[in-house]
This record gives sequence, structure tokens and C-alpha cells, in this order.
Amino acid sequence: MDTIIAPPLLEVKACRQSYHKDASADLIVLDDVNLSLHGGEIVGLLGKSGSGKSTLLRIVSGLLAPTAGEVLWHGAKLRGPAAGVAMVFQSFALFPWLTVQENVEIGLEAQGIARAERERRAEEAIALIGLGGYESAYPKELSGGMRQRVGLARALVVHPDLLLMDEPFSALDVLTAETLRTDLIDLWSEGKLPVKAILMVTHNIEEAVLMCDRILVFSSNPGRVASELRVDLPHPRNRLDPVFTQKVDDIYGLMTRRTTPGRAQAVPAAVPIATPLHPVSTNLLAGLIETLVAAPYDGRAALPALAAALQLEADELLPIAETLQTLRLADVAEGDILLTEDGRRFAATDTEARKQQFATALRAHVPLAVMIRQVLDERWNHRAPALRFRDELEDHMSPDYAEETLRAVISWGRYAELFSYDEEADQFTLEDAE
Amino acid sequence: MTSTVYPALANRRRLPNLIDLAAILCVFGALAGLGHVARGTLVPIASPDATAITLDPSYLPYYAARTTLRMFAALAASLLFTFIVATAAAKSRRAAMVIIPALDVLQSVPILGFLSFTVVFFMNLFPGHVLGLELAAIFAIFTGQAWNMAFSLYQSLTTIPADLDEAARSFRLTGWQRFWRLEVPFAVPGLVWNTMLSMSGGWFFVVASEAISVGDTTWKLPGIGSYVAQALEQRDLSAVFYAILAMLVVILAYDQLLFRPLVSWSAKFRFELTAGLQAQDPWVLRLVRRTQLLRLLGDWLGDAASALGGLRLSVPGTRPSFPRKPSRVVDAIWLALLALALAWAVRALVTFIATSLSWGDVGLVFVLGSITLLRVVLVIIVSALIWVPIGVWLGLRPSWARRAQPVAQFLAAFPANLFFPVFVVFIVRFGLNSDVWLTPLMLLGTQWYVLFNVVAGAAAFPGDLREAAENFRIGGWLWWRRVMLPGIAPYLITGAITATGNAWNTSIVAEVASWGNTKLTAHGLGAYIAQATDAGDMAKVVLGVVAMSSFVLVFNRALWRPLYTYASRRLSF
Repeated sequence: MDTIIAPPLLEVKACRQSYHKDASADLIVLDDVNLSLHGGEIVGLLGKSGSGKSTLLRIVSGLLAPTAGEVLWHGAKLRGPAAGVAMVFQSFALFPWLTVQENVEIGLEAQGIARAERERRAEEAIALIGLGGYESAYPKELSGGMRQRVGLARALVVHPDLLLMDEPFSALDVLTAETLRTDLIDLWSEGKLPVKAILMVTHNIEEAVLMCDRILVFSSNPGRVASELRVDLPHPRNRLDPVFTQKVDDIYGLMTRRTTPGRAQAVPAAVPIATPLHPVSTNLLAGLIETLVAAPYDGRAALPALAAALQLEADELLPIAETLQTLRLADVAEGDILLTEDGRRFAATDTEARKQQFATALRAHVPLAVMIRQVLDERWNHRAPALRFRDELEDHMSPDYAEETLRAVISWGRYAELFSYDEEADQFTLEDAE
Repeated sequence: MTSTVYPALANRRRLPNLIDLAAILCVFGALAGLGHVARGTLVPIASPDATAITLDPSYLPYYAARTTLRMFAALAASLLFTFIVATAAAKSRRAAMVIIPALDVLQSVPILGFLSFTVVFFMNLFPGHVLGLELAAIFAIFTGQAWNMAFSLYQSLTTIPADLDEAARSFRLTGWQRFWRLEVPFAVPGLVWNTMLSMSGGWFFVVASEAISVGDTTWKLPGIGSYVAQALEQRDLSAVFYAILAMLVVILAYDQLLFRPLVSWSAKFRFELTAGLQAQDPWVLRLVRRTQLLRLLGDWLGDAASALGGLRLSVPGTRPSFPRKPSRVVDAIWLALLALALAWAVRALVTFIATSLSWGDVGLVFVLGSITLLRVVLVIIVSALIWVPIGVWLGLRPSWARRAQPVAQFLAAFPANLFFPVFVVFIVRFGLNSDVWLTPLMLLGTQWYVLFNVVAGAAAFPGDLREAAENFRIGGWLWWRRVMLPGIAPYLITGAITATGNAWNTSIVAEVASWGNTKLTAHGLGAYIAQATDAGDMAKVVLGVVAMSSFVLVFNRALWRPLYTYASRRLSF
């Protein structure tokens, strides 16, 4: 293949992104990432939320400087946003006070291109992406799908060598997202896109398999490239093709296999309370257990099939499954989820008994909840500032993770009536607890 | 192609129409008038017609024009200040360390107390010219307008949505392009709204600052404010009414011609991607859009501004790159310098006051301040008691709310001090206690802030919650306590904060009132400052102003800010 002989467009070498917190060691968001990107390929960065894939995209785009390592763009070190790289945003990031035409022109204006030329190229891009007739509309008049088309046109109009896309379809409904994906892939395979390569972030496994030639699967905490796989299917790809579904299954397997040992590796045994938790509602947990216990699953399900049946995306389903695993209500391995005895018992009982069982599970498997309860029991007024636990968590994880973990433990503690939380004072209390 | 032309009417617009002709005449007439009025500011102060005021109503249009001109001069200065200072604060962390606390304090300083200092300063700048006085008056208005506008811009500049910031950076907009394409548009709605509030407050100050007395001399700048002052001296009640009428016309014109269109236009910059309910365009905006020439002019101006904003100006060497880390050493030096400057300023202030005043004065000022504080609190409570029920009633009826809102804003803009004489006559006639009866004067101007905020709050109250309350048959006091009051709390508190600031300032003019030779004085910090200004006792003025600023600052920090944070966190939808 001649693409491999040509020098890479982009090289990411040993990039590392860490978050510095005063008193403690650096918190690593992204660790030792290497990537090279050649002309003619679409590469997907796939991972759960918080695996650092968006961070990597921002490093590549020059919006963020890596803490260590370097990014080579056309062989030269990247220092800030480069010409020839354009980005499409998850939230569209359109300027609400500019019309479609003016939004599309903004990148050209920044390059100092004359007005007539600007208008000509913008109209070309607008026509290419199917926005003709919308030129004078303001973004707020458009539907989400049309807005993202503006986002695409704005990026394409500068004829970038590299198109970056940050979860470009995740804010859209299923049908709209599918239309945009196929439109984009059609243009790509017909060679009509004025770009050499695409690097996209996604948390949607099927989307990655549908669009990408190469997929890097990230593991979380710290973010690392866990594995890399090629998708050699020709475009347009068929979701029902057995090779396609096998790829999706493989990736589910990769993503869930990593969770079990990965979690144990990432978290030093010395600080068990510092296990990151997902703020998953207890309703979702109970809902998934009930679904699993019933037919056709009967206690065991393949995650891809389950995700499709529940219309959940991988990064919505996986946190629920992992939480069940943490609480030993289910086991997750190799892309399958399997209810444990405890899980079956949970499904069979009434609300009060469920709360008790949940409390028992929290005490047994969530050290943070145990610690909070202990501290509250020891205090004379049975109150303790949440700040104390937040600080402790932040010594071991990023503030966002710490906040999520705290939210999760608050919600579960309330449900289990293990402790309660006074939002006004930001304190844990024993007031509503048993 | 930014404007929409209805195809059926498009071809009729090729030639200038009658409205165009009228518009051209208006524009040139306005320019000529402006020139005439502006000439008045260059007259030497000694000439007889420079500062003499006639009570002949036929002079009122000229006076009104002078007042308005002053107002807009101050507005221009405030905008310039806002753009420079707020941008500096937003772009430089070290500048922000100085600017933000300074603005915070300046916001709570009673401007009128400073009038006597600034007059002396500006008179020395332009000795023997009216321009000095003019500038002093403009400066007084400026100090009433600039701070919250600068705050608003700073707020906007520092809360640019992250994705738009990234988009601007990744498309490599230069600093200049970024400012005009991203930052200023994002700030427009807040800035327009705050400018409107500032202007509303400004009319009050322009009226109060046109007749300035320093020690024994009183200067009267031609304007509506000095016209009223003259009427007070000559006990001419009908002249007062003429002045009120003239002011009414001026504010109506300013409201209809400038601010309705501006607010409506600024909605375009609102950072919500949902298409909200569109109110009907104000008639001026419709006129501009439908008049061939005015529209062309507007388009041309818009295009020119847009081209200017699109220029690739940038400071050399600051092409987009990774932000550098701030140096801690420089930070430390900077902080030390600031601390030194602050210590020096405090020492200078204390020595200035201490040379002529004793601890007794400080005690007296504290007592007087407490009395005024009591008045301010009473005024807020009374206006809430009156206007919350009415505002809620109006706000829950959309058709009424739409009509009530502009009226309340209009009333808030109307300088309440023009009505003072009417009350003073009343108090003198019936020999009422001035400590009690001068207080309602403070209510006059401040109550409208409560009203229009409450109307806005009630109008924004979610319909489903109202239905839920009705469904559960929640009524009477319970409805107020559990449903409506918490629902409008953030709005009510915003209104009360604005009203309080206004009330403190008003106290300087409201606690001392005169009618010919009769002087009414209430006990309070406002009266203390006003009397010290009359007597030319600078030390007392400084002490009074410092005390009042401290009262406002403590009141804001201890009460309003926590309340507002609580309300916006817990009581918002």
C-alpha cells in the first residue's frame, strides 16, 4: 500500500497529559500515547467517557499542549492550532449571531482570504454538504442535523489536510445521525471531500466500525491505547454483515475485558476508597437486573445485543454493567453480562428488602461508602463535610472524576439509607439514615 | 445577503420613497440641532446666557436637548471606558486583580457626594469655560453608568462558552477577529441591557448634577435639572410641571427611538440555540428595515463594521499558540506593589480626615448611616409589599405583562427628583415631620426596579407548576409562600439589589429638600453629605462618602450576595 510508504501526516509521540494538583503526585489523564496518521484513512478513537480520547483530539488540534511528548504535523513540531487542521464539534459550536454563510466563512476570514473568493468557496462547501438554500438562516432556526452540517461545511471549506471530529453525531437523534454518517462516508468514498484524512472521537462502537479504517480502543484511568484494530470492509458497509457484527462483538469484548483487570491495575491496593464510581441511578441498576432476569436473557446477555435491544450506546450501558459488577450483582466478561446469585435475589424482592440488600452490597464492596459511614458514626453530631472526602479523592483522580464518584456514592448512600447528604451545607449526615 | 426583502414589494423599493425623504430631513435636522446645542458648551462661563436659566417654557426644548446631549456624551465615555477596562481585566489576570475589586467598590460609592470634588477639578482644567462644568456633569453621569457596564462586559468575556472558544482558536482567528466575531457579539445582550439600566439611572444624575454648588457659588448648566432648581428657588410650581412634561417627552423619545430597537436587535446575539418567542419588532426597527435608504445605510454600516472586525490585525508574535504559564515570581511582586499602593492610599485618606475630624464625627456618621440604612430597608420593604402582588398579577397575564413591562422600565428611567418639589410643597403646606415624610421620595424612583423585575419573574414562571398548584388547590398564603415567592425570588432579589443601590444614592438628594427659602432636612447620612458639600467641608464629604460606600458594601456582601447565590442555586428552574 502506497499510503504506508508516504510520510505520515501526523505523528503523536509518547504523549502524556497530566493534571497537576498541589500537594500530591500528578494525575495522569492520558499516558504514553503513540499514533501516526496517513493520508487516505479514517481513524477512530473509541473509549468510555473520561478515557482521554477527547483530550488526545485537543492535543492533536493544537488546542491543548501535551504535558510530555510531542506532536509532529507534516514533520514539524506542533505549537498551537495549525493551518490545515479543522475541527467539527460535538456541540456544533456555531456562532449564533452569524448566518450559515458567515459561519462557514469564518475560517477563511481568519486566513485573510478576499471576500469574493470567500463567498465562492463557502457556497461550494454549502452545496457539497447539502445546505443550499439555508445560507441566510441563523443557526437557531435550524434542526440539530442541519446545524452539524454547517459545522461540517465550516470545517471543509478551509480544505484541511486533516479533519478532526469530536463525537460529531452524538448530540443528534438516531435517524439524523445515521443520515449524516452515510452522507459523509459517501462523499469520502467518492473522493469529494477536500480532506486527506479524518480523525474522529466516538463512544459509539457501531459508528466506529461503520466509518473507520482503523480503530484505537482506549482504556480508562489513565487513558491509554489498549488495542488497535483494522476494519478492512469496503464502503458502504452493511451493519448486518456477519464480519461487521463480529467486529462490534470483538470491540465489546475488548472494552469489557479491560475493565476487570484494568480496574485492579489502575487503582493501587493501598487506597481502595479511590476507586472511581459512575453516578448511575439505582433505577437503572434495578431496571437492568429486571431485564436480565426476564426472558429472553434469563440471567445472561451479550452486551451488543442488549445495547441494541435497550437502545443504549456502549458508553451508556457499560457504566451500568460495571456498577453491577462492582456491587457483585452481576459479572461482566468478554462482552457478556451474567447475573450473580445476589443479582437474582435482588430481582425477586420488594423495595424495602432491595434497599437492605443494596446497603449490604455497599458496605461489602464500596470502601468509600464504608468510610463515610464510619466517619459519621464517630462524629458526635453525625455530620461530616463532603469537602474532606472530595479532597481525598482528588489526591487520586481528576476533580471531575472525584465529583462523579462523590455523586454516585451520595445517590447510592441515600437509596440504601446508609447516610444522607445536605446539599446546602455540603455535608454528609445520618439524619435520614437507618 | 443578510436582510429579507419581501419579493412582492422588492421592486417598489428601487427608488427612494416618501418615508426616505422624511428620514433624510430628520437626519439633517437632527445634525443641525446637535451643532447648535453643542456650541452652547463652548461659551465662556462669564457670559450672561451661559449659566442663567429662564423659566420661560419656550426655552425648555433647548434645555432638554442640552441635557440629552450630556447624557449621550457620558454614554459614549462609559462605552469607551467599558471596552478598554473590561477587556484589559478579562485579558490580563494581573490587571483583573486591580480592576475588579476597584469596580466593585466604585459601584457602591454614592456619586453625588463626589460632585463637588470633580467640579473643582474640571473647572481647573478649562478655566473660565462652561466646558469645565459640562465635563463635571458628564463625569457625574459617567460614574453612574460605567461600572455596571464594565462588569457586564467582563462577565461576558470571562464566560465565553468553551466550545466557541475552541472553535475560534482552532480556526486561528486573530485576537482582533476573535474580539469582534466572538467576544463582543457574545457580550452584546448583557451590555445592552446594562446600558439601558445605566441610562435609566443616568437621567436621575444628569438632573441632579446640572445645578452644582461649591461652597458659596452655585453654577447652573442649561438643562432640565437646573430649570427645576431655578423653579424651586422661585417657587414656581407650574414651571416644575413643564419640566416634568419635557422630561416625559425626552424619555419617551429615547425609549422609542433608541432602546426598544436596540434591545430587540440585541436578541439576535442571545446565546441560545432554541428559537424563543419573538416579540414584535419595535416600530423604529421596522421603519429602518422598510425604508430603502435607511436600510441601505444600515446595511452599509453593518458591512463596514463587519469588514473592520474581520481584519487580520494581531499583535506581532501572538499568533495562536499554547498559552504560557504565569510566573509566580512576577505575581508576587505585583501583589506586593498593590499592597503598598493600598497601604499608602489608606494612610492618605486617614490623615486627610484626621486633620480636621475626630472620632466623634465617625460615631455621628455611623449613627446617621444607620438611620439612612433603616430608611433604605423600609423603602425596599414597602415597594415589595406594594409591587410584588401587582407585579405577579401582571406577570401571570402575558397580554398585560407585555404592556406593563415597558411602562415600568419607562418609569424607572424617569428622574424621580423632578417630582420632589411636588412632595416638598405638600410637606411644607401641612407642616409634616420631614424625618418621616421625606422618606417616600426615595421610594419614588426605586420602586420600579422591583416592579419590572417581579413582572419578568412572574412571566417566566413555568406554566406546569401553576397548573400543578391549581390542581392541588393550593391557594391563599400557602400559594405565595410555597409556589410564587420562591419562584420569583431570583428576580425579586435582583430588583431589590438595584433598588437598594438607587435608594442610597437618592438619599443624598432626598434627605435635604428646599422650596424657596424653606429648607427641609431629615436626619441621615445623605443629608450629612449634602450639607457638608454645601458648606464646602471636604473632610466631612470624604468621611460621609467613605461611610456610605462602606454601608453599601457591607450590606451587599452580608445580605444581597449570599441571598442571590442561594436563590439562583436553589430557587431557579
